[in-house]
Amino acid sequence: MNDDNKGITLTEEQKKKRRSRSIAIAVILAALVLLFYIVTIIKMGPGIMDRPL
Amino acid sequence: MSLVERQDTISQDSAVWSGGMGSVSDYVALLKPRVMSLVIFTAFVGLMLAPGSVHPVLGAVAILCIAIGAGASGALNMWYDADIDEVMTRTRKRPIPAGKITREEALAFGITLSIGSVVLLGLMVNWFAGAFLAFTIFFYVIVYTMWLKRSTPQNIVIGGAAGAFPPMIGWAAVTGSVSLESFVLFLIIFMWTPPHFWALALVKNGDYTAAKIPMLPVVAGETVTRHHILAYAVLLAPVGVAPYLFGFAGPVYGSASTLLSAVFVGLAFDVWRKREGDVAKAACWRLFKFSIFYLFMLFALLLGESLVAGLIAGA
Repeated sequence: MNDDNKGITLTEEQKKKRRSRSIAIAVILAALVLLFYIVTIIKMGPGIMDRPL
Repeated sequence: MSLVERQDTISQDSAVWSGGMGSVSDYVALLKPRVMSLVIFTAFVGLMLAPGSVHPVLGAVAILCIAIGAGASGALNMWYDADIDEVMTRTRKRPIPAGKITREEALAFGITLSIGSVVLLGLMVNWFAGAFLAFTIFFYVIVYTMWLKRSTPQNIVIGGAAGAFPPMIGWAAVTGSVSLESFVLFLIIFMWTPPHFWALALVKNGDYTAAKIPMLPVVAGETVTRHHILAYAVLLAPVGVAPYLFGFAGPVYGSASTLLSAVFVGLAFDVWRKREGDVAKAACWRLFKFSIFYLFMLFALLLGESLVAGLIAGA
């Protein structure tokens, strides 16, 4: 990226807000991973590993 | 809440970006949490009343998806209505008119949540419920927000269907279908919506006039609106008692809903009778506030009775 093409410069407040949003997204993604895991177990039961490949 | 922050390559002079200012709470506000709470409650009652059973976790997932879908509709509504939200005192502090979130951010947020909630409900619960949720979002955003709201004084009558679908979706999450009982739950909210909103519209008439929204009091006048409120209240009364009449609610619900409906009609009559000054405004507020209590109580009674019946059957 050269000097004429630096793109957007975020203000300190924008960086702070972005950080809080990023943390929220991370938490939601982690919760979704957990949810998919639990629902998979519920729907497929303990036989989840016992299936033809 | 964009996953990737924009890195637009524009000239340095204009490289100040007005976006990216929304906090997490601003994005939560886009979901219209107060509306969402009613959606969650009515959907939960629909889910609990439905015959058969669903795994508690899947039931919770269904409610979560319905709530997120409702929130997504709210975000898309705020995206489209940003211009009128800016004019009305009631909505002026919403995230977009307040300059905290840009319209593009709200649109991206709303679309992401809409698709996510529908796919999640379809994959984890059943695709009939997922499709029903998708239709509800479509109805609220396209039919109500984009089409009816600015074009007809019957906007909230027809558009009210979107707010009435959640108990049917909750029901569909368990049964994979709809039925007369779930349609009655829909009908209660559908018939309740016009007098509820018109009571508010009578008080906030100036707001809607300024925003050029053709609400009934703006287009047809306050007297006609009062006639409509009373007519809908009278029509709502038997619908409110219908769960008992159709046999899927017990005598407690039957008597309580009759009493509550009588009070509703009485307050609507009060609105119809008092037409000038502060007493008229107070009557509208009373009806508006009672209407929220009325709907909550009907669904709470249905839920309470079904839980008690379940306990007795299990004992």
